[in-house]
Amino acid sequence: MKRVVITGAGTINALGFDVPATYAAMREGTCGIGPLDFQDVDRLAIKIGGQVQGYEAETYFNRQQLSLYDRFTQFTLLAARQALAQSGLEFHGELADRSGVILGNSGGGLTTQDENFRAVYEEGKNRVHPFVVPKLMNNAAASHVSMEFNLRGPTFTVSTACASSNHAMGQAYQMVRSGMAPAMITGGSEAMLCFGGVKAWEGLRVMSKKACRPFSATRNGMVQGEGAGVFVFEEYEHARARGADILAEIIGFAMSSDAADIVMPSKAGAARAISGALKDGQIAKERVSYINAHGTGTAANDKTECAAVADVFGAHADNLMISSTKSMHGHLIGGTGAVELLACLMALRDGVIAPTINYEEPDPECALDVVPNEAREAKVDVVMSNAFAFGGLNAVIALARP
Amino acid sequence: MNVKDQVIAIVAEQALLEPSDVTLESSPEDLGIDSLGLVEAIFAIEEAFDISVPFNANDPSESDFDISSVAKIIAGIEKLIAEQVS
Repeated sequence: MKRVVITGAGTINALGFDVPATYAAMREGTCGIGPLDFQDVDRLAIKIGGQVQGYEAETYFNRQQLSLYDRFTQFTLLAARQALAQSGLEFHGELADRSGVILGNSGGGLTTQDENFRAVYEEGKNRVHPFVVPKLMNNAAASHVSMEFNLRGPTFTVSTACASSNHAMGQAYQMVRSGMAPAMITGGSEAMLCFGGVKAWEGLRVMSKKACRPFSATRNGMVQGEGAGVFVFEEYEHARARGADILAEIIGFAMSSDAADIVMPSKAGAARAISGALKDGQIAKERVSYINAHGTGTAANDKTECAAVADVFGAHADNLMISSTKSMHGHLIGGTGAVELLACLMALRDGVIAPTINYEEPDPECALDVVPNEAREAKVDVVMSNAFAFGGLNAVIALARP
Repeated sequence: MNVKDQVIAIVAEQALLEPSDVTLESSPEDLGIDSLGLVEAIFAIEEAFDISVPFNANDPSESDFDISSVAKIIAGIEKLIAEQVS
């Protein structure tokens, strides 16, 4: 089996337009969540979100590109450009033929759907732009990344709700580890902050009107976010031979299905994914110092997640840190695992643990060290990132300092 | 702007050219407009004149709409507008 390392990272999210800005915001405990700004927001009960503010698409893309790129594709391409630039990798010949793109997202081009449904249903228009389908399809982002960077190997999109990015990165990891691909571009994105995208979530009544307060006894629901996180996963010897800067090594991955309920999480399913990742990487549980939690800020997730972590780690659960950066950037749904992986890279690279902000009161059912409100300096060797999706689909990834 | 000038403006925008560079004899291909660009130009024409253009992207030559040159496109549109008025 090959070793797999990360040699490039890119992002755009409510905390910043690139990785350094995002790290700085996470270190400061900045809240990227604020009032939503889009058409018909006044008809929503939920009016807050982690929206990417001050973004002008025309700065990055020309008119022809914009006619084909939904917001989720734009975010993905911006993050991919950063990641590829950092890695220094260029794809030609056999490397191009064997390397590909696996990205996660849940809503695809939801803004495009929303705008066009509005045009035909509300405004009574009978004609839509010819590129509606190529813009809204969930694989559009992965395809455009493959085209921009000449990646001609395995390329597809994974859609497993809130675990999409972790499942995508897990698949990319397995492909590089098995020797099938020398490098994979992976991660995910989401751009659901439009009237229909938020209205649908409102219906579930799990959204907070005020703030995302994971693990706090005062938590009252999740808050949506948007953006992208994209990484270059590369075979270790390949990266070393070209003298690439190695950001982290991926050392374990596992997935599980609760096979129980379409929305309620299961402690057993989550625990099987966490312990599965430890087993996959033959990682002694005492080596894990930090977990980036799924930590949605809902009553159900947070207590189930803490119970699963306590079950898997036993006494060591009290020694490790677990934080939810969703408190800062919101829940990016299909893109969330990708942006959250940045908190893992920051922990490994810079020795800074991103906090769980908006934390007010301890909840006895979430009695772990959730790094409340302030970032912490700590030297960590092994970190994990949890994602537990609606549909009971769990994916957990483990990383180590190179 | 008359129909001719409006069509030329739409075609020129799609081809990233100045309207003065679009001649009546040019085909979409001559102007560097690919199949996706052609579909987008047809959409822009439909929007501009509020007409429905019988153009089938699967097989443009089988459509009831001649797109072989800018002049043919303009003639087709003028006919569609006339039919709509009558």
